[in-house]
Amino acid sequence: MNLILIFIAAAIVNNFVLSYFLGICPFVGVSKKVSSAVSMGLAVTFVMTITAIVTWLIYHQILVPFKIEILEYVSFILVIASLVQLVEMFIRKISKPLYEALGIYLPLITTNCAILGLALFSVLREYDFIESLIFGLGAGAGFTLALVIMAGIREELELADVPKVFQGAGITMIVAGCLAMAFMGFAGI
Amino acid sequence: MARKKNTLAYEVIKGIWDENPVTISLLGLCPTLAVTNSAMNGLAMSLATGFVLICSSVIISLLRKVIPPQVRIAGYIVIIATFVTIADRYLAAFFPDISKALGPYVPLIVVNCIILGRQEAFSSKNNPGRAVLDSLGMMIGFLFVLIILGGIREILGSGTFFGFEIMGSWFVPWMIMILPPGAFFTLGILIALVNLINEKRAKG
Repeated sequence: MNLILIFIAAAIVNNFVLSYFLGICPFVGVSKKVSSAVSMGLAVTFVMTITAIVTWLIYHQILVPFKIEILEYVSFILVIASLVQLVEMFIRKISKPLYEALGIYLPLITTNCAILGLALFSVLREYDFIESLIFGLGAGAGFTLALVIMAGIREELELADVPKVFQGAGITMIVAGCLAMAFMGFAGI
Repeated sequence: MARKKNTLAYEVIKGIWDENPVTISLLGLCPTLAVTNSAMNGLAMSLATGFVLICSSVIISLLRKVIPPQVRIAGYIVIIATFVTIADRYLAAFFPDISKALGPYVPLIVVNCIILGRQEAFSSKNNPGRAVLDSLGMMIGFLFVLIILGGIREILGSGTFFGFEIMGSWFVPWMIMILPPGAFFTLGILIALVNLINEKRAKG
């Protein structure tokens, strides 16, 4: 039950993009087409889940026993950067079509603050191993959801007559605000 | 205002308007949106980010001939993360309230694209003096946006400015402004305003 709650909280109630503002850069940059939004979302979910596992192990098996929690940020970001590199190489070997579908989005994930945010939040909330894993999956699902909804709206916006000064980033922010308001409605659950 | 490119003064000035990291380059949006529910948080965040930006620019600019290009990004990130740890520990020790209010957004300075972007685009190609001026300008530009955003949201959302009551008792706070949607709306309108001003100026 607790695990289901963590998943739903991470995916919907406290959506990473719309209520923690994590991963806004790809949210604005890669949300022009639904198909690329889906690929980006899947890539992020994949890396997030692995990151949740690996950073949990590093924090609780290496940093805490040796009392070097001060190295938390340095080690997490290095782990994430090398993890993204590894995942990229792994996917290229295993599945060529998947690699081509993810394309440029894979390396971009390193600088996605949602990934580091996830690692930091799960330390802060003292999740155990399974909870961290579920938290990673939920956050990834929430990120994908927000990205795909946004891409769908932006595809429609192409046809709308947006005032010139609002075109691009301006209107994206306003739409994101409306989405965030809609997601606030879940807060009671 | 005369704008001569490549002068030392221009390195600072460009960050404030012409190449403002938030309104023009759309970098560092996560902290911009997340911590601007009050002007004070915006100020603290931009000072912390500025500290990390300036220190890491100096180091990276000094090491620009030493770091091999293949591993430069990893190298930059380690240097940045070191300074973020310093800033985070400092805030936690001397300003515990602010450190608590900013929460995980202090460590998240590591992945702030403004910092990595400036290292890649500027510090790795210029001498430390210019790198400091460039970072200083970027920091002022960032500070400018964060305080305006934080100020607007705080005044409309809680009727205060830097914690002082300014709207009087008749004012009913717009709760939505200090919640996430308010951040998106305010930034959207701010970006549109900057576009409008730039367009007017281009027409001249």
